[in-house]
Amino acid sequence: MAEFVMPTLGADMTEGTLVQWKKQVGDRITKGEIIAEVDTEKAAIDVECHANGIIDQLLTKPGEKVPVGTVMAVIREEGPPATAPLQPQHVAPQPVLRQPIPTPAAKTVPLPPPSGRLRISPAARKLAAERGLDPTGLTGTGPEGAITLEDIARASTSPVDIATPAGTAERQARMRQTIAAAMARSKREIPHYYLSTTIDLSRALAWLTAENARRPVTERLLVSVLFIKAVALALKQVPELNALWKDGEAVRSERIHIGTAISLRQGGLVAPALHDADRAGLGDLMQHFQDLVKRARAGSLRSSELSDSTITVTSLGEQGVETVFGVIYPPQVALVGFGKVVERPWVATGLVIARPVVTASLSADHRVSDGHRGGLFLAELDRLLQEPQTL
Amino acid sequence: MTITYREAVRSGMREALQRDARVFLMGEDVGEYGGTYACSKGLLAEFGPERIRDTPLSESTFVGAGIGAALGGMRPIVEVMTVNFSLLALDQIMNNAATLRHMSGGQFSVPLVVRMATGAGRQVAAQHSHSLEGWYAHIPGITVLTPATITDARGMLLTALEQPDPVFIFEHAYLYPMEGPVEEGSMAVDISKAAVRRTGKDVSLLTFGGSVWKALVAAEQLAQEGIDAELVDLRVLRPLDRDTMLTSVRKTHRAIVIDEAWRTGSFAAEVSAVIMEQVFYDLDAPVARVCSEEVPIPYPKHLEEAALPSVGKIVQAVRRLLG
Repeated sequence: MAEFVMPTLGADMTEGTLVQWKKQVGDRITKGEIIAEVDTEKAAIDVECHANGIIDQLLTKPGEKVPVGTVMAVIREEGPPATAPLQPQHVAPQPVLRQPIPTPAAKTVPLPPPSGRLRISPAARKLAAERGLDPTGLTGTGPEGAITLEDIARASTSPVDIATPAGTAERQARMRQTIAAAMARSKREIPHYYLSTTIDLSRALAWLTAENARRPVTERLLVSVLFIKAVALALKQVPELNALWKDGEAVRSERIHIGTAISLRQGGLVAPALHDADRAGLGDLMQHFQDLVKRARAGSLRSSELSDSTITVTSLGEQGVETVFGVIYPPQVALVGFGKVVERPWVATGLVIARPVVTASLSADHRVSDGHRGGLFLAELDRLLQEPQTL
Repeated sequence: MTITYREAVRSGMREALQRDARVFLMGEDVGEYGGTYACSKGLLAEFGPERIRDTPLSESTFVGAGIGAALGGMRPIVEVMTVNFSLLALDQIMNNAATLRHMSGGQFSVPLVVRMATGAGRQVAAQHSHSLEGWYAHIPGITVLTPATITDARGMLLTALEQPDPVFIFEHAYLYPMEGPVEEGSMAVDISKAAVRRTGKDVSLLTFGGSVWKALVAAEQLAQEGIDAELVDLRVLRPLDRDTMLTSVRKTHRAIVIDEAWRTGSFAAEVSAVIMEQVFYDLDAPVARVCSEEVPIPYPKHLEEAALPSVGKIVQAVRRLLG
């Protein structure tokens, strides 16, 4: 004796409707033959039998809807029919997600559509594909909970979906997913080139020590702020690096908003923008920077801070990293990395002396700029850091 | 200068009559009575009974006569009292006016202009209130216009009279008393393009005729909620200017079609289908429609209002579309 049960014809299928039997009681059936046509929520499907034998009983009637796993037919081995007919057997159905009856004035709770198909607008689907973002798992804010252009834009520009407060674990997973999508897109679409240069920091650090001595303790500057300001000013010389890639071309940004990569304690990172970094004084920049770090870790960044950056600066010196080979954050077209400030033997005026140095690197989009321009940018960065008083 | 929509229609006709001796007006009560909507008031005195002709109550006859006159080299303007009664002339329109050029292998041309009132909102009950211009837009071989503004009411007629083929102008009866500024000088209006009446970025309101003004009020109301609606006055239902409306939808990613006709088989359905066919991948929400309820337009004021597209219904539809 073998049983033919309502099969699972898709991960989200919980029940199916028998459209018709393709075999009758007494018919011989072999493994692989079609025994029934079953209607799922997606389509009517011909279902194969997985046993050899003779149809002994057909327990489900055409038109009946039964849960997955229900015995629908009994197939016996060759020989006379069984004596007692079996009763139709049902297994306990899986709880099925039903749309609640909306109460007036309450917003309809977005549910995954019953078909299992993602509810997403055509335009949003297209944008998600362009950005290499997997929209499954995003929360839609459009009509009937559909994922809209805005949802995709938000998910692909901000590592943390700050609009929907969520549990840490969920937020974590989503952040990882977003980083994955953005970085995969970056490596898939952006032809990166990398340049690096070692910069003598003796003047900059000496100036910083003197400057900090003058400042109250709470207003002291970090060398990373010097780096950010120098990057912002160097961009004025090589403005093509301060751009966003949009619809197949680079659109230069008038303003310079430096995304500063901040790693989060629980993992992942954000790169909120320091707006108009080229125009801000060092003291203000320092204050903004500290504020961003604090709020990034508290999860209270503003969406503009998450989406406005026109270039990213990442400093991994604290971790002892010497050189950064960064991955550009789309739609930006460049990323500047700083390693650890270390003392190195340095040859100046024919003498080998110890000097504090840092390796600055540029990852840039070759569709937008070339190595020559990238080199000029690093040279300008070096020049600016030799004149810290001008920053 | 401020004039009413009905004066604009009259001024267009007067200009046409002065300009071209082949132009004449005929229809029910257009002469002595000055037109059911007073569009031809004073024209009989000015141009005489040869050119301003009252006809019997027989739409089929006088539309047919208009076709004959056009074939014979005249430039007739035929006024049908309302679109509801134009159905009596449908055979002449469909089987003669719209097809003669084709049937004669291009030998005959029917340069006929037919004007008629359409639409509801004045408590004149079901036999005087329907919006059937969408039916006419189904017919190849004719041009279908729906002027919504004073300028269009005057200028479209003049451009229509220059066409070699039949042109049907649907004047929304609710608009006749509407006042508005009119530009001096050149009067002719382009009848190949839709007009963007308000620019916006969040949603495209696509409509024509009397609904243009409801949509405009709705757009102003939505603006206060921070929703920036674009309003496209389709104004030429056939041949439909797809470019203008699709450009708008590509920009806003959302479209609502407002049509005073019944939803089923409406012109709004055609517009929706064109959007689906051509800019599906630019859509961020399903196309929505605001149409009349599927009933003969009722007489009582509250029921008539409930049956028609309204500012409130448009605003609601936009909010739903934006999630």
